[in-house]
Amino acid sequence: MATSTTAPDADQREPRAGAPARGPARRPRGPRRSLLPYLLLAPAVVLELAIHVIPMVVGVWMSLLELTQFHIRNWSTAPFIGLENYRATLDVNSAAGKELLHSFWVTLVYSLLSVGFAWLLGISAAVVLQRPFRGRAILRALFLTPYALPVYTAVITWSFLLQRDTGLVNHVLVDQLGLLDDRPFWLIGDNSFWSLLVVSVWRNWPFAFLCLMAGLQNVPGELYEAAAIDGAGFWRRLRSVTLPMLRPVNLVLLLVLFLWTFNDFNTPYVLFGGSAPEQADLISIHIYRSSFKTWDFGSGSAMSVALLLFLLVVSAAYLLITNRRRDDHA
Amino acid sequence: MRETAGERWGRRIVLTLLTLFVVIPLYVMVTSAAKPLQDVQNGFTWWPSRPTLQPFIDMWSTVPLARYLVNSLVVSSIAAICSVAVAIFAAFAVSRYRFRGRGVFSVTVLSTQMFPGILFLLPLFLIYVNLGNATGIELYASRTGLIITYLTFSLPFSIWMLVGYFDSIPRGLDEAAQVDGAGPLRILFQVILPAAVPGVVAVTVYAFMTAWGEVLFASVMTDEGSRTLAVGLQGYSTQFNVYWNQVMAASLVVSIPVVAGFLALQRYFVAGLTAGAVK
Repeated sequence: MATSTTAPDADQREPRAGAPARGPARRPRGPRRSLLPYLLLAPAVVLELAIHVIPMVVGVWMSLLELTQFHIRNWSTAPFIGLENYRATLDVNSAAGKELLHSFWVTLVYSLLSVGFAWLLGISAAVVLQRPFRGRAILRALFLTPYALPVYTAVITWSFLLQRDTGLVNHVLVDQLGLLDDRPFWLIGDNSFWSLLVVSVWRNWPFAFLCLMAGLQNVPGELYEAAAIDGAGFWRRLRSVTLPMLRPVNLVLLLVLFLWTFNDFNTPYVLFGGSAPEQADLISIHIYRSSFKTWDFGSGSAMSVALLLFLLVVSAAYLLITNRRRDDHA
Repeated sequence: MRETAGERWGRRIVLTLLTLFVVIPLYVMVTSAAKPLQDVQNGFTWWPSRPTLQPFIDMWSTVPLARYLVNSLVVSSIAAICSVAVAIFAAFAVSRYRFRGRGVFSVTVLSTQMFPGILFLLPLFLIYVNLGNATGIELYASRTGLIITYLTFSLPFSIWMLVGYFDSIPRGLDEAAQVDGAGPLRILFQVILPAAVPGVVAVTVYAFMTAWGEVLFASVMTDEGSRTLAVGLQGYSTQFNVYWNQVMAASLVVSIPVVAGFLALQRYFVAGLTAGAVK
């Protein structure tokens, strides 16, 4: 390895660089050394601060202002109104509060169903592809394709499939199978929720598959051999070997997928445009619409902050519960 | 361990259903891109009435696709490269040093993943606009603003994956280099990075994909001149007509490079996820 004779890295070294310490490599404790990790982290920290943390703090401040179209150009002049935005948007007796509550429930059900199905498809694919067979590599690549596609191309394609008059779905259901007499609308009305769910599962499940496949690579084959010798069938092996071994992966995967899906803006926005049908009015679209259509950034920010608080509580509760379970088992 | 007949059939059924679910939309994308306009307007057909490559020609003039493509390429490549460069240093620090605040950093960075984009969209929008008015630095509606924004999106996951990769490189290598008199940066560039090339490439592709597919900020933070593909593809729907064949052709052209890159590197993603998840 790197025997340094000409390298210009002297400035990184302690004065005794000329005589490299032999024996056990001890970490020198000069002041520079202890500063180095912080210098290495600085760019990442500065960027995250600038684009995520500071805007979030500003967002919390904005939620306390009457930041309507009259004050956007110079928002330091916007009047401070305390928690008025929160009262106006979260009060479930007001019209705005009812709409927000509705879209909260829609988003919650949507996220739970989407994550559930994505996980189910992901684990099925990961388990059946665990054993080597001809064509496995091709199927694995194929299954990952929906995740690799840019979201807007994937969702635009689905919106084509779901068109009432020219889409594949109605063509198959109505023209070819004759299951329905009328051609249903898929992108407006009650069906829009289910359309959104199918598209979201199609997009999400490959990520679950990818993670679970990665997790399965860590399961030692001997465990299955031992289980088989004990006479365990497929379901028994799944329940007693595979799922317990996947536990750490599942904990992270389910939380991350839930948060992504709950915050998802891209899928409904591309599928429905800026104004989703009421039945599929996800919370991110709802906030976007009420912020940019009416230019009321103050109440938009209040809703965003409330959303973040909810997600923080959910994540904290999830981590606490799963950690306690893990302690119980240990 | 032998597979029972039931398991074999179960496997075939599961694989067939999943394959159909995945393939049908892809099939429609590919075949519709080769359909004449009447085909996509007069109801669905499984196969073009007369296959044509005309949509691939027309799509460039219906919307200024070339400009959107260049914008997306510039924004995504620069954002990806910068993001990975920043992530490499951060991951090196987290993987190789024990310092005060290490845990806090890891948790904070990862938790930015769960912030709803909409939460910092509004303030960032106002900050960019006001900064432009006050100082003349154009971040709103410029490619620079998008680049800076996007590079932070992939950063947390890139750091996480790279820490996993770096941790898997034996410390003995560092120590040997250290004994030979190599400083920390030399260890990073001459020992760790060469051993982590697949991981770095995978993370770069991931960062590129993140920027290439982003819709929310692209739709708010761009104007006609800086518009990316994410927003530009909506231009094929006019009030009277949707040129579905051209939409599908453009989608295909836009997707193939990223899908190919991802699939080529997928096993490194699996390796990175394993390394990250097991810790």
